[in-house]
Amino acid sequence: MAFAAAAAVYWRDGPTHFLDVLGGDVALFAEMLPKVLAGCLIGALVTMILPRELVARWVGHESGLTGLLIASFFGFLLPGGPITIYPVAGAFLVMGADAGAVCAFIVSWTLLGYTRALVWELPFFGAHFVIWRILGALPLPIIAGLLARIAVQAGFHYERGK
Amino acid sequence: MTLAVNILLWLVVAALAFFTSLRGRVLLDTGVRAGLGEFIRLLPRIGAGVIGAGFIAEIMPKALVASWIGPESGVLGIVIATLGGALTPGGPVVGFSIGAAALKSGAGAPQVIAYSTAWALYAIHRLVIWEVPLMPARVVWLRAAVSLPLPFIAAAIAVLLAQP
Repeated sequence: MAFAAAAAVYWRDGPTHFLDVLGGDVALFAEMLPKVLAGCLIGALVTMILPRELVARWVGHESGLTGLLIASFFGFLLPGGPITIYPVAGAFLVMGADAGAVCAFIVSWTLLGYTRALVWELPFFGAHFVIWRILGALPLPIIAGLLARIAVQAGFHYERGK
Repeated sequence: MTLAVNILLWLVVAALAFFTSLRGRVLLDTGVRAGLGEFIRLLPRIGAGVIGAGFIAEIMPKALVASWIGPESGVLGIVIATLGGALTPGGPVVGFSIGAAALKSGAGAPQVIAYSTAWALYAIHRLVIWEVPLMPARVVWLRAAVSLPLPFIAAAIAVLLAQP
C-alpha cells in the first residue's frame, strides 16, 4: 500500500514533490527511532522484572471493582503483542478471574498498553494527541468489565478453559 | 516536547535497567537483548508505515476526508470513523498509518480517536488469529460485544476534554 501510494504521488505530482514528501517522512522516521528503541527496551525489561504467572495469580484472586481495577492496571503494564497477552488472559480465567476482569484486561491492553502507545502511536500522532486519547480511554476498561458482568448476570454462560 | 518525551522515556529505561540489574546481571543482559531484537524486527515495519502514511495522506482526497470525518462532521463522522476502524484489517502499521494520514488530510481529532479506538478493539485479523484460538470462544464474543460502545465513549470524552 505504501508503494502504491508513493507511485501515485510520483505519477501525479512529479519527482520534486515526491522527494519532498519522502524527505519529510524520512526525517520523521529518524526522529522517532530513539523513542521506539526506548519503548522496546522498557517492554523487555518489564517482562524480566514482572513474571506473567505472578500477574495471573494476582488478577485471578481479586474480585469486585478492585478486580477490574487490578486487571486494567496489568493490561496497561504488561508489555507484548497478542501472542503473549491472550495466553495470560486465558490463564486468568483458569485461575479463577471472572469474565469482567478478563474483558477489562484485554480492553486495557488494546487501548492503554504503553508499549503500543510508545512504539507506534506517539511517533505517528505526536504526544499531544496520544495523551488526549489515552486520557479519554482511561475509564473504558472498567466500563467494559462492568458491561461484561451485567451480561453474565443476565444469563450469559461461558466456559473457563479451552 | 519531543526532547522532554525522549528524556522521560530514557529515564524510565535507566530505572528499569537498574532494578533488573539488582535481580542479576544475566537477567539484564537477556532483557536488553530481547529489547534490541524487538527493535530491529520492528524497524522495517515502522519505516514502511511512516513513509506510507506520508504518501497516503498526499493521495487521500482531502475534501472528502474533511466532509466525512472532519471536525464539523460530528456524530455521523464518529460513526463512519468507528466503522472504518473496525473494518481496517492488518497490524499496527496499517491502522496507525491510515489514522495519521487521515489526521494530516483534515480529519477531526475526535473522529480519529474513534477510528483508532475501534481499530484497536476490533482488528478483525487479531480477533480471529489470536483471540479465538487462545481463549474460550464465548469470552471472546462477550469481550467484542461489550466493546461496542467504547469508541463512541472515547470520542465523547475527547470532545469534553477539548472543550473545558
